Amino acid sequence: MKSLAELQAIRDKMKNKVGLREDSEGATRVVVGMATCGIAAGARPVLAQFTEEISKRGLTNVTVTQTGCIGICQYEPVVEVFEPGKEKVTYVKMTPEKAVRVVNDHLVNSNVVREYTIGANAEE
Amino acid sequence: MQELSLNILDIAQNSVRAGADLIRILVDEQPADDTLTIVVEDNGCGMAPEQLEQVTDPFFTSRTTRKVGLGVPLFKMGAQMTGGSFQIESEPGKGTRVRAVFGYSHIDRMPLGDMCETMCSLVGCNPAIDFLYFHTYNGKGFCMDTREFRAVLGDVPLDTPDVIMFIRDYLRENIALLYGGASEDEKLS
Repeated sequence: MKSLAELQAIRDKMKNKVGLREDSEGATRVVVGMATCGIAAGARPVLAQFTEEISKRGLTNVTVTQTGCIGICQYEPVVEVFEPGKEKVTYVKMTPEKAVRVVNDHLVNSNVVREYTIGANAEE
Repeated sequence: MQELSLNILDIAQNSVRAGADLIRILVDEQPADDTLTIVVEDNGCGMAPEQLEQVTDPFFTSRTTRKVGLGVPLFKMGAQMTGGSFQIESEPGKGTRVRAVFGYSHIDRMPLGDMCETMCSLVGCNPAIDFLYFHTYNGKGFCMDTREFRAVLGDVPLDTPDVIMFIRDYLRENIALLYGGASEDEKLS
């Protein structure tokens, strides 16, 4: 059974890492579209997968957050990756499986997964 | 949207956008009375009466990125389809309260779905907001209060991935207990 004592252990473990995140202007942001359109298209499991993979990998300078509808509902679930000093990357029609690959290839190894980007998926 | 938990996630986003710092979510399952009641309540900016009248109109939205707002209308329809009811109350500066009652055994009632993932998404994406989650089933209940977590965590933010993983397991265990564990009365007998 999960208890608050366990949470205390997480706090103690994180304490020395927190400074890293707080003053991290250099943090990467993963932003998931969570408006009605995003949620209906399956954004929630995508978000959950990002959180899980980032936790597994121990990536401390990445934050996962949400945004509303950005107006391209036909491409939902949409995920935007903001890295300091780099151009924003917009991934479209995401799935939990694709999220794993984005974490591994893009966030860990800095290789944008081109085939999942909006550029590669734009309809004529 | 195929789960009530996704509707709840969607409705709660309105509270987030209203600038609330405390959002209460109640899921009350009463199979004996054949009702499932969902309440989402916030202390955000609220709405004026004119706006309140329009929120259940699918062709009204306060957003500018598109012309439709389907969240509230879909939720209302979901409740009414099961012989249930829907109410929304709001006061500018005070907050908004959405309450929907569903017919529990009605064939058109969507399954509740994964409330654990809904709450994790809300907490993880909005670490500055406190969430109070009540879930009752057949008279047994449990409550999650992020203010309790915050008191233990101190400076460590709620959106730390390890913390979200903790909250996910915590919710999963407690919700499973609601459905499977013995009630206080049953334990005694």
